[in-house]
Amino acid sequence: MKNLLEIEKVKIRFRTKGMLKAVIDRDKDPYIEAVCGASLTIKQGETFALVGESGAGKTTLARSIIGLVTPSQGSIRYRDQELMGLDDKSFKPLKRDIAMMFQDPVGCLSPRLSVRSIITEPFKIHGLPINDVTKEATKLLDMVGLPASFLNSFPYQLSGGQARRVGMARALALSPKLIIADEPTAGLDVSIQGEILNLMYRLQHELNISFLIITHNLAVVRHTSDRMAIMYLGRFVETGPTDEIFAQPSHPYTKVLLSSSPEPDPDAPRNRVMPIGEIPSLINRPSGCEFHTRCIYVEDRCRRDVPPNRNVGLDHDMTCFKSE
Amino acid sequence: MNEVNTKPLKERSATRNLVSHLMKDRLAIIGLILVILVTSSAILAPMIVPHNPNKINVRNRLKGPSVENWLGTDQLGRDVFSRVIVGSRIALQVALVSIAIAGSCGLLLGMMAGYGSKKLDGILIILFDTIRSFPTIMFALAVVTLVGPSLNTIILVVIVTSIPVYGRIVRTQTQALKHNEFILAEKAMGASKLRILGVHILPNVIGPLLIIASMDIPVVVTIEAGLSFLGLGVRPPTASWGSILNDGYAFIRNTPWLVIAGGAPLILTTLGFTFFGEALRDVFDPKLRQEVL
Amino acid sequence: MTGEGQKQTSENVLSIKDLSVNFNTEDGFIQALRRVSIDIPPRQIVGLVGESGCGKSTIINSILKLLSNNAEITNGSIHLQNEDILMMTPTQLRAIRGKRVSVIFQDPMTSLNPALSIARQMTDIQYRDQINKSTKRQRAIDMLTRVGIPDAQKRLKSYPHQFSGGMRQRIAIAMALLMKPDLLIADEPTTALDATLQIQIIELLKVLQKEFRCSVLFVSHHLGLVADFCDQVVVMYAGEVVESGDVRDIFHRAAHPYTKRLLECDPARIKTKTRILPTIPGNIPDLVNLSNDCIFKERCHIKDDKCPLTIAPLRELTPGHFVQCHLSQAGESQ
Repeated sequence: MKNLLEIEKVKIRFRTKGMLKAVIDRDKDPYIEAVCGASLTIKQGETFALVGESGAGKTTLARSIIGLVTPSQGSIRYRDQELMGLDDKSFKPLKRDIAMMFQDPVGCLSPRLSVRSIITEPFKIHGLPINDVTKEATKLLDMVGLPASFLNSFPYQLSGGQARRVGMARALALSPKLIIADEPTAGLDVSIQGEILNLMYRLQHELNISFLIITHNLAVVRHTSDRMAIMYLGRFVETGPTDEIFAQPSHPYTKVLLSSSPEPDPDAPRNRVMPIGEIPSLINRPSGCEFHTRCIYVEDRCRRDVPPNRNVGLDHDMTCFKSE
Repeated sequence: MNEVNTKPLKERSATRNLVSHLMKDRLAIIGLILVILVTSSAILAPMIVPHNPNKINVRNRLKGPSVENWLGTDQLGRDVFSRVIVGSRIALQVALVSIAIAGSCGLLLGMMAGYGSKKLDGILIILFDTIRSFPTIMFALAVVTLVGPSLNTIILVVIVTSIPVYGRIVRTQTQALKHNEFILAEKAMGASKLRILGVHILPNVIGPLLIIASMDIPVVVTIEAGLSFLGLGVRPPTASWGSILNDGYAFIRNTPWLVIAGGAPLILTTLGFTFFGEALRDVFDPKLRQEVL
Repeated sequence: MTGEGQKQTSENVLSIKDLSVNFNTEDGFIQALRRVSIDIPPRQIVGLVGESGCGKSTIINSILKLLSNNAEITNGSIHLQNEDILMMTPTQLRAIRGKRVSVIFQDPMTSLNPALSIARQMTDIQYRDQINKSTKRQRAIDMLTRVGIPDAQKRLKSYPHQFSGGMRQRIAIAMALLMKPDLLIADEPTTALDATLQIQIIELLKVLQKEFRCSVLFVSHHLGLVADFCDQVVVMYAGEVVESGDVRDIFHRAAHPYTKRLLECDPARIKTKTRILPTIPGNIPDLVNLSNDCIFKERCHIKDDKCPLTIAPLRELTPGHFVQCHLSQAGESQ
């Protein structure tokens, strides 16, 4: 089965200074690299998790898939069609297949439109006629477990969980093949996080939709994703099947991340790898292996050279000098 | 599917909130009454004037208020009350036409400047600021000298000097909105620039614009009155509050009533629209809080 | 510390008894807190756990007397050692704030004034002490070093925005502990930080708590951090305390159906991988039109014919382990 989405060596950079200021500061390279060479593949019907802390570049990478951000290098292919360099007109039909759910559940909904208008917006954008708007909208709400009474509500009247569902209904409108969910559980109480995740699983199962979940919540990742990638300062440090990575984390940063989410049990064993220091700023990237400033296994070569990408299992890669 | 958190949190409809809020605001009610008064007077003017406002009756000149003439007569014996009513029509015509046109142009240009390319923004900003740097009176005088005094002159002057102000307001609002997540979401779905501007940005920037515009109505009325007072506005015998004031000023020693008749409606209109505009601000802000800014 | 003949309340650093708070809004009176009782013994770390609408923020604001104008404390007392905060005058309150009770918030920029240098802020706090300026500065430098700010002496004259988020939170902690308070209130202090930073801040708090011997009220929705950090836990639901006890009582022997379900829902607690995660169906009840029934009755999964569905009295299952439920028995350990 061919891959649904293929990202290859994508680099994304942002300008930090305007031309004038760059000249005044004699800054020849006024850019930060938000993503430096990311590669991953997503198959049909699978859930892929992109994990990392702030500055990792996960949201930036996700946004480049739907064209909100333009990479400076690399290739993004949807079903073998190259998305990089595509003009707006050619990209537009593909946006029926790839939908995105945003981090701010209420903020991503147009404030002056009713829920009915919001979730049928994709039809209007693509010029697809709807015979009965209310019927179509009710059907979408039903798919996400909301009653039709919500059709006339406005975003400010919705709770976080309800707004997320509306965002999902909108994402489902044109029967996408891939949904990118940016922090789908952020801000939700633990007792209702499951609602949105279970919904995603059901949709994956029933409609064979693939999900790319962006999150920093490792516990969620463990239960809901098939494969995952861990990002640090714009690079993938470890990629592979979720079960394997949780059972046997290879990269030191993965180990640190897993240790940073203590289990809700006062007597849980504490075989922790404690993190040192803070995430460096993207403006002053560390030399060599960029994690070396916080790594307990750091050696001299880590400060000098960039570690290679090594295969440590089936479809399981990581970038580190240290061998297990 | 298991039972879901289904109750919308804030059940009361926005309209109910608005009405109940306005009812509590006494100034808003006073404003509303005054606005209705002036507007109906303007609309119904020809039907409600007790006398022909242009009918000259020199024998009856400069009389004070009486049963016949509620506000007395002017220097040509014309009924002042009827002239005031006709004046309201002129005032609102000028105000509404010029503000409507200026508002629409300002809205369009402001959105273009706020959402478009940096170059376009730069050009429009220079345009706005250049026009704004001209003192209005000077500009009015220049135009009048070129085109001659008339109602249309006033309207033209007001439009040209108001567009930059409205444009800047809309531009700022648009810029603030541009980076909001719901705009990003629309882009992600493939919405065209036109759609984003028309469906998603416009309804959210029009609020502040409407408030400013409604508070500008009395300002324009006053400008019209001022220009007419200076003889640069309506031509006689058309009755405008400004021209009534002009007459009143000349004949103040004979009767104070002309000045009162010209000035009082100006004051009442200004107060009315200002209170109403403040109430509109409440309408668009907290109750219907759409988290625009 | 305790006077003679004093009741048990004076042993605790903080003792909230039967606190009830209403908010007067356009939609009616919201009964945000009802008969809340929380005891914080000296040198103990007490975790306050609960989800949206449980009343955590209202409690903190009540302790600090920072409730909004439309709030009304209809019942209860808050004793700081043996003085009732609710009866204090503004002068008395100013004397205790920052000195006997300190707070750190979720957003360190709430605690730090962006317009003043760190030096200024940290010396200002010490205004009550009659010592000279250089001693105050030295204390500040020592404290900053203590919380892990490198080059504290040099960085003293910097401004908050020149530090990273993690550093700012450390500075906020330094400021909060500078006056050696008896009680430190930490309101979601790590929620806005990255996971790797969260764990460092918690470790820092652990160390400092032992050193300064203060009590801590740790408000958080992160069950893992609460289990790691706290000695005792109070569980709240929709404005009521439904269960409280030693941390092991709560995490291993949860008695209240809400606590049990909450723990079950935490994905970090579920040992085997499950695609379908448990949830608690339903909403919190309307806090305006409350009946006199059990607050959790709509969503309770263990209720049966034997349960009267009324507000249960607070029962002590085992010493120190309290639960507000008719049917509960201590649950089996997970």
